[in-house]
Amino acid sequence: MRKHSVKSAAIVVGVLLVAGACGTNKTEAGGSGGACDTSKGTLVIGVIAPQSGGLSALGLGIKNSSQLAVDEANEKCTVKGYKLAVDTQDDEANPAKGAQAATKLSSDPNVVGVVGTLNSSVAQTVQPILLQKKIVQVSPANTNPTLTRGADFATAPKRAFDTYFRVCATDELQGPFAANYLVTKAGKKKIAIITDGKTYGEGLAAEFTKQATKNGATIVATAKIGEKDTDFASAITAISGAAPDALYYGGEYPQAAPLSKQMKSSGLNIPLMGGDGIYDDKYISLGGGDGDLATSVGAPTEKLDSAKAFVDAYAKKGYKDAYGAYGAFSYDAANAIIGSLATALNGGDWSESKRADLLKAVGSYSGTGATGGIKFDEYGDSTNKVLTVYQVTGGKWNAAETGEFTG
Amino acid sequence: MSTLLQQLANGVVQGALIALIALGYTMVYGIIQLINFAHGEVFMVGAYGGLATYTWLVPDSVKDVWYVSLPLVLIGGVAVSVAVALVMERFAYRPLRNAPRLAPLITALGVSVFLQEFVRNFYPNATAALPFPGVFVQGQLVLGPIRVGYSGILLIFVSVILSVLLQTYINRSRMGRAMRATAQDPDTAKLMGVNPDRVIVLTFVLGAVLAGVAGVLFGTYLNNINTDMGFQTGIFAFTAAVLGGVGSIRGAVVGAFIIGLVKSLAGQYMPGGTQYDYVWIFVMLILVLVFRPQGLFGEPERVRA
Repeated sequence: MRKHSVKSAAIVVGVLLVAGACGTNKTEAGGSGGACDTSKGTLVIGVIAPQSGGLSALGLGIKNSSQLAVDEANEKCTVKGYKLAVDTQDDEANPAKGAQAATKLSSDPNVVGVVGTLNSSVAQTVQPILLQKKIVQVSPANTNPTLTRGADFATAPKRAFDTYFRVCATDELQGPFAANYLVTKAGKKKIAIITDGKTYGEGLAAEFTKQATKNGATIVATAKIGEKDTDFASAITAISGAAPDALYYGGEYPQAAPLSKQMKSSGLNIPLMGGDGIYDDKYISLGGGDGDLATSVGAPTEKLDSAKAFVDAYAKKGYKDAYGAYGAFSYDAANAIIGSLATALNGGDWSESKRADLLKAVGSYSGTGATGGIKFDEYGDSTNKVLTVYQVTGGKWNAAETGEFTG
Repeated sequence: MSTLLQQLANGVVQGALIALIALGYTMVYGIIQLINFAHGEVFMVGAYGGLATYTWLVPDSVKDVWYVSLPLVLIGGVAVSVAVALVMERFAYRPLRNAPRLAPLITALGVSVFLQEFVRNFYPNATAALPFPGVFVQGQLVLGPIRVGYSGILLIFVSVILSVLLQTYINRSRMGRAMRATAQDPDTAKLMGVNPDRVIVLTFVLGAVLAGVAGVLFGTYLNNINTDMGFQTGIFAFTAAVLGGVGSIRGAVVGAFIIGLVKSLAGQYMPGGTQYDYVWIFVMLILVLVFRPQGLFGEPERVRA
């Protein structure tokens, strides 16, 4: 009897160990720099983004694009004497896991910079950890304005984290840009707002509301849903009483898509508009329908001349996942770090004392990347303020309007 | 007024789903005094089993014919959840039957985590939500101010019918009598010739069948499944079982409908909106347990001699 249960226990433990060992965190070295001098060792670019969970489609694109940039740098021997590698940490779009990931990366002395995060809520926990070790962080996707300019970003901006930069536009431009399109161009005057309660969604919806009311629309109903909700019948019933003609959603596609589908099938046939958090092909496959709108940072990657080289190189590498909305931005973010590293080291050796030089080099970095010109202002924000409105037509996202929000 | 009616309808659909899963919790507790935390995962596995059946086993020619593909998907989903429940009972719970109560409880938690991660890692693309085909008549029934999806109505019907069938089975059949006997006093039942292993396996199987059906119908209703859904819905089902009186079939169903209604109505009328609906469910649970610790239909704890 005893032997039997020990054997069963051993099998169960064995299977558990195997299942646990199949983690998603991998360190991948860059391409084989055959002709490069890599005698001084390996330097690491960290990536913190969701590799599993609802937003993994976006996070995997970020990882692959950063890997692409590192591989190209290794082939071109950009950083003399060193080989570059990518260390991806999965934050599962969860701030606590993001903090763990940042701590892990910051304990490695070879980590020179981090590309990340995707979620603004995760960035809030990651920023102070990386600041402590003076590790430069360039985000391809955070859009919440408080991350660079503090809580009073509109009236009294103050740079909170010297190590934090981003290559994309912010929500205080994205929200109003969406409002201008939805209210003025699409003529929707009675708008309902639903948010998921997280940093990104709340901030974006607040910025949208300000501009929408300025443009003459009324916010007829608001509702909040929980982060893990799958059944939105209650929220939809709550807003349909006010007969809105459009819904603005502050949050990401894993919930926006079923929300849109349930809303339309319950008789409330109005378009759902969201921010860059819903702009992904998965939105459509999970339930987003024709007529839905989204804004996203940057011009459409496929249309930019500067992006052609990136798109071709990405396709040639044959990655399993698409580069997604932030692939081009991650590529540029990684290149900004790599280029600044080359400048700061200038053939010399890497050491802790070089971190300050690297920070300065990133701050004054100027280059052209897949998303256009890459340059940072005094707060770490990108000078690239281009935004695009996309609409779902014929089951695919199509660009409707590209421009900048000028006031 | 129409909003109230609509929210009531929403609540009833929610309650029907929770009832199917709460029945599994309550039955297992009645028989072996174990809160099977992994039961929510059996529900989740049933949904993924149904999806797998649809994706790889249902021939393309009948995929759109709902009265052919729905039964096939149901059978597939139920088969997977029953298989998982049997393996779970055999390897995780049976060896611990005479262990102190804490051991199987922790094992249940462990099995729950194991199943979640197993599906997440090994089912293709399960790291994110997966679309679930609508294998029932699509569209809505409009009754005046209320709109309910046909899948929702199916869910209510199936839930009520299966609960009634289960109650009848337990009250009228031989095996049902054996189950009730084991629940009342396992040692005396053994003396009377009841095979406890058989009874317990049957309990798990019945619970798994209900959970598997719930999983497939949930997928059809929301068109979307993810590995988290077992945990989320499991919490509600467990709460419903406790609210109604753990061990009572009637209690589980009544508790589940109460929870569904509270969730819907609280989301509409209480401050905080749908983000705080969980809060009101647990407030109600606390109130009921303070004044009636055995739940609505449960019996007060009897100390066994």
